[in-house]
Amino acid sequence: MSRFSKSILVLALFGASTATFAFDNFKGVGRQATPAEIKAWDIDVRPDFKGLPKGSGNVDRGQELFEEKCASCHGTFGESNEVFTPLIGGTTKDDIKTGRVKGLSSGDLPQRTTFTKVATVSTVFDYIQRAMPWTAPKSLPPDEVYAILAYMLNLAEIVPADFTLSDKNIAEVQKLMPNRYGMTTDHGMWPGAPAKKGGMGNGGIPDVKNVACVKNCKSEVKIGSSLPDYARNAHGNLAEQNRTFGPVRGVNTAGDSAPAKPAAASPALELAQKSGCMACHGINNKIVGPGYNEIQARYKDQPDAETRLVAKVKAGGQGVWGAVPMPPNSHLSDADLKTLVQWIMSGAK
Amino acid sequence: MVDSVKQPGRLQPAPENFLSEEQIQAVGAGRRDFLRKGLFAAGAAVAAPLAARASEGDPAILKLPEWTTTLGQPVAVRPYGLPSKYEAGVIRRESPGLTRVGGASVSFTPLQSLFGIITPSGLHFERHHQGWHDIDPSRHRLMINGSDPDFVKKPKVYTMDDIMRLPPVSRIHFIECGANTGLEWGNVAVPTVQYTHGMLSCSEFTGVPLKTLLDDCGVDYKRARFVLAEGADGSSMTRTIPMEMVENGEVMVAYGQNGEMLRPENGYPLRLVVPGVQGVSWVKWLRRIEVGDKPYATKDEAVHYIDLMPDGLHRQYTSVQECKSVINTPSGGQQLLEKGFFNVSGIAWSGRGKITRVDVSVDGGINWQTARLEGPIQNKALTRFNTNWVWDGKPAILQSRAIDDTGYVQPTYSQLRAVRGTKSIYHNNAIQSWKVAESGEVSNVQVL
Repeated sequence: MSRFSKSILVLALFGASTATFAFDNFKGVGRQATPAEIKAWDIDVRPDFKGLPKGSGNVDRGQELFEEKCASCHGTFGESNEVFTPLIGGTTKDDIKTGRVKGLSSGDLPQRTTFTKVATVSTVFDYIQRAMPWTAPKSLPPDEVYAILAYMLNLAEIVPADFTLSDKNIAEVQKLMPNRYGMTTDHGMWPGAPAKKGGMGNGGIPDVKNVACVKNCKSEVKIGSSLPDYARNAHGNLAEQNRTFGPVRGVNTAGDSAPAKPAAASPALELAQKSGCMACHGINNKIVGPGYNEIQARYKDQPDAETRLVAKVKAGGQGVWGAVPMPPNSHLSDADLKTLVQWIMSGAK
Repeated sequence: MVDSVKQPGRLQPAPENFLSEEQIQAVGAGRRDFLRKGLFAAGAAVAAPLAARASEGDPAILKLPEWTTTLGQPVAVRPYGLPSKYEAGVIRRESPGLTRVGGASVSFTPLQSLFGIITPSGLHFERHHQGWHDIDPSRHRLMINGSDPDFVKKPKVYTMDDIMRLPPVSRIHFIECGANTGLEWGNVAVPTVQYTHGMLSCSEFTGVPLKTLLDDCGVDYKRARFVLAEGADGSSMTRTIPMEMVENGEVMVAYGQNGEMLRPENGYPLRLVVPGVQGVSWVKWLRRIEVGDKPYATKDEAVHYIDLMPDGLHRQYTSVQECKSVINTPSGGQQLLEKGFFNVSGIAWSGRGKITRVDVSVDGGINWQTARLEGPIQNKALTRFNTNWVWDGKPAILQSRAIDDTGYVQPTYSQLRAVRGTKSIYHNNAIQSWKVAESGEVSNVQVL
């Protein structure tokens, strides 16, 4: 018994001594990363351009790439609000001079675009490189990222049409970003060290203060806003979103003639939603691309419609329905493509 | 507020709660004569409403239901259990019109139907930036390196086998999207607590403190004061985390959620847990940690998740979720069935620490009473509060106001807007108000 306790004690001491010796502590756990592995994954680009790959691209090449790979969601001029909020717009020549987008404080902006907000050009490079295009992230080599960014900078009237962006001159472009002085870290919501100790902000001091008054805290209750009547059922029938037993019920917002619950969604509809098709195509309406009802109407009398549409969806295309191109959908299997096309041609129900 | 309420027609739990302290002492002293009287009164009270339904009693009692008179299903019919079919309405939902692409969207937790503090994993809110994948854990890797090679003695790669061999910790924490309640900055926009506050969940997370791994790689804590976390999904989401939160042991690399592995929608097989900080920093499908000497101004800290102030400046790197609370029963879009007793229940949380007190008002904030906090009260976790309320059938406005252990008191809409305006989208922690109409319908209002 005493020998047993002793070995426990030894183990405990061993544990305590290793805890202070932290580096490479867990024998056999993990291994050194190779330089090639680090290069493959360490793709981030910081505001001081640490991590920026060498390369270059001009506005013209950028326009070609943008129209091919980006315009289907963002619009040819980065102005589209159909799928994502607009990239370009809302900045002025004067903003480029001052480094503050005036529309942000004047209230003149109908909507904030990427370029009205972003202070650091590195952010845009980093994001295009790591996450774009939407359905094929990390497929753009550095020269293409430079070209696309050059085109966007030209659309935002930050660089001229004959501009070539490169790792050599991107720091100069930074000095022209319209909202480059538009950020502040002077707040209490950074959970690390404050600015005076090498971190950011004020060290956690809140900007808004309330006091816990208990009795007769005010003389009247002012209601500033209520749910508008039209919004009452904008989220569906609330009766179905609550239990039918317990202390409360959900309010019936469907009216007296509540429609029956919709039938279970079809697997093909789920596939279309899951595969990102519904971002650009409505069932009965055009979004960026044509509605499925329009596609069915156009192709219904063509005997080879299915084969042709499968190929079109897979490869992408442009011209049949207007100038906005459809991106290739190489992420979909042939079986899924067939399911989707058959579903569209049978009325997309 | 009174602790027990006289409710004609309701059977009270017996015997403990049925007897007062004095009565229990009296029984102990050998006096039992009043008990007969008391039980008779209770029996009469129960019988009264039943008489209206059937002369002999409640058919739900008198006519034995099929589950009492037939054979039930065997074990393992559902090898992974599912909720009752009667719970079909308790699901995550999208807010129509909020986003146009399901791969970059949100689904909200049905807070109106939840109890306690733990969110069932299948109801945890979702926020994806470029869709979700079900990642093969045998092919998942976590890399740790430095923005400068000098910052890490030995950059390393860990497999899931490696990470799950290390000594784990399990902790309960809330996760709230920085944009939670963001739809309501300007005015009331959505009907129920699912949509006002449902980008909020709370789970027990199991994993390894990130410091264990950084120590193992030999990080230079003197120079590397910032951490970049990066996901393995298409968006490869990145966010900057302060090294101080890693050094104090709070930040963890988690694989477990509520006793099982993370759900794919929540980052399977590995995610970062950054207690008290907005959800976007809890990078899912975590593939890489870089330590560096400067913040990174990534897309989600330079284009999104920046708070627009009235002077046109954006606050950058706002990360902490300040103290907040909401009543979920009763709440917007619900209907009180009758006058009388209700347990008003809600949740409170703070990204700065523990909840110390929650006050509830039923008159729109003129008078407040302190609610009961249900244990356990934990650091940066949801805390459940309850309070008794007797609805007299008149209009009422229910509010809750939380206080954390820094002394911070959850603000009103007027106080918040006076400093931050109405366009910041992020970090709306204002006091929520639910108006109870004479009809019993509860609706979303904003009290200034």
